Amino acid sequence: MNKGKKALVALLAAVAMAGSRAAPAAEPDVVIGDIDDLSGNYADVMGAGGVEAIKMAVADFGGTVLGRRISVLVTDHQNKPDVGASKFREWSDQSGLNMLIGGSNSGVSIAMAKVAAAKKVPFFSIGAGGSSLTNEDCTAYTVHYVYDTTALANGTATQIVADGGKTWFYLTADYAFGTQLQNAAAKVVEAHGGKNLGAVRAPLGAADFSSFLLQAQASGAKVLGLANAGGDFSNALKSANEFGITKTMQPAALLAFITNIHGLGLQTAQGLYLTTAWYWDTDDATRAFAKRYFAKMHAEPTMDQAGAYSATLNYLAAVTAVATTDADKVMTQLKHTKIDDMFTQGGYIRADGVMVHKMFVMRVKTPQESKYPWDYYKLVKVIGGEEAFGPITGACPIAPK
Amino acid sequence: MTEIFGIPVAVILGQLMLGLVNGAFYAMLSLGLAVIFGLMGVVNFAHGAFYALGSFAALVGVQQFGIGYWPALVLAPLAVGLLGMLIERLWLRRLYGLDPLYGLLLTFGVALLLEGILQQVFGASGQSYPVPDLLQGAVNLGFMFLPRYRAWVIVASLAVCFGTWFLIERTRLGARLRAARENAPLLQAFGVNVPLLLTMTYGGGVALAALAGVLAAPVILVSPQMGSSLVTVVFAVVVIGGMGSILGAIVSGLLLGLIEGLTKVVYPEASNIVVFVIMAFVLLVRPAGLFGRE
Repeated sequence: MNKGKKALVALLAAVAMAGSRAAPAAEPDVVIGDIDDLSGNYADVMGAGGVEAIKMAVADFGGTVLGRRISVLVTDHQNKPDVGASKFREWSDQSGLNMLIGGSNSGVSIAMAKVAAAKKVPFFSIGAGGSSLTNEDCTAYTVHYVYDTTALANGTATQIVADGGKTWFYLTADYAFGTQLQNAAAKVVEAHGGKNLGAVRAPLGAADFSSFLLQAQASGAKVLGLANAGGDFSNALKSANEFGITKTMQPAALLAFITNIHGLGLQTAQGLYLTTAWYWDTDDATRAFAKRYFAKMHAEPTMDQAGAYSATLNYLAAVTAVATTDADKVMTQLKHTKIDDMFTQGGYIRADGVMVHKMFVMRVKTPQESKYPWDYYKLVKVIGGEEAFGPITGACPIAPK
Repeated sequence: MTEIFGIPVAVILGQLMLGLVNGAFYAMLSLGLAVIFGLMGVVNFAHGAFYALGSFAALVGVQQFGIGYWPALVLAPLAVGLLGMLIERLWLRRLYGLDPLYGLLLTFGVALLLEGILQQVFGASGQSYPVPDLLQGAVNLGFMFLPRYRAWVIVASLAVCFGTWFLIERTRLGARLRAARENAPLLQAFGVNVPLLLTMTYGGGVALAALAGVLAAPVILVSPQMGSSLVTVVFAVVVIGGMGSILGAIVSGLLLGLIEGLTKVVYPEASNIVVFVIMAFVLLVRPAGLFGRE
């Protein structure tokens, strides 16, 4: 909806492109693109912060690779698959795009993955959850970097069932991502001896969730599985508190970001279980990155923003290692290199495109437990990459079981 | 337990109650739109943005200046209303007499501008506004636990709706406002300052949106997009009620809240389109709307 900002972003992108064309060097720039939600529901999750993270990575790398300048193109996909895909195509054809990051919103990511395959451009999907990106919709050039619906369900649902939350009812966002998330969680719950009592599918962006929540309460289930994200997740949890539903049911966030928790406040979010790939207050390396990021964005980075930083650096390292930007050679290099940085340790990119890495099951702290600003999560469990992301399913043709 | 079509009565009553709360918001928002359209002929697309602005005004009030909920109920609509009057003075005024489409485009632009600024300053994730201490907790109605705050929303909204209706339909000031719509030059000839009247009307309509925003702040997450999703539904409500009809806006707002509440029990997936299905039907049968005069 935010046309003013879009115009500005387009202008910046145009300036960046003009700059890259006017560069006197004979060698063209290495071009990294970022197509993401800059103005909508997910704009705080990646958005401008993601752009900043990518630029930090480029600067940390020295601004050049193979003696060529690194330039960054940015645009807003407005949560529209056609907008994302056509911009990706345009950049590949006209701007010499070498790598693409972005795609919060599974629908947009799936559309852009198809372009990645057609144009042979490595595509790091950062903010999308849908695990179909590495199954039915997989390509040789897609890397699903931060999390997917399988890993989220394996983290949160496994933990809660193990703690005795055996009966589940889902509040599901009525689109591809919500359904995939609910199915993934339902499978995990059943596999661990729990029971799924039902689900109510709420339209995306519903103004009021209380009606749906009363239905969840009437089911008698012990756990309220929130298979939604962004504003829908926050509003649902806020209403669940207001109606006292959190007293009889344990809420489980199947996808929540630290910015959501910040917006809700600990009073509302306390006790919530969630799964994250990265938390700013984990160790010295994460805190060091977070500190630099905070100085620019005045918020702690989400797992997506940290992932965008890591993906950019690892891509540039791969380009350096094979001394070319040739997509096939870079992809081969990427799939044969361990990822060890502030984002994760011992991560690797599998044949189907999943970046397998450890995930953290967290519990949101109570206001009393929280000692300083953004001190929000208490670590419950670390789950290994293989356990979190599960085995290769065989649904992706280039990655047989 | 007694059941209707296999659904327990208690569940239906609970959903109707929640529908009434949502209907109260619809009524208050569509009321402001109806006032602005009925008296000025302006289709105010910025209504959702002013609603969000009202919420943010309350939020900034409590965070920066320690202004609590109760003063915010007065101060936030006042501040936002003044901004509305400024916009009317600077821009909207120049479009009177032109096709209503121009006013629509201008207010749409204002909406994008305001929402963009809010997002730039506060981010997209939204923030929580605390429920006032006096209205904490819930009451047991027998068939459901109704949070006290939601009950207050119904009471406050009905009072505001009745007050506005009374002001416009039953007082001398209201008579002048309606006269300005009918024949502005004649009214001006009687010595009434019509341009000022119009500025006040727009400010008043906008203040109603901001008041709804303050009332909504403790129940939903305060975010820049909170208005844009609501405003389309509210426009449908106004069309169903009859463009510009004050009573129509109030009655259809409450009614559609109830119908939407029932839809959420019977077929939740359709709950966000049921209003538009009804709108299409009403337009077919009564193009002027339920309470419209053509």
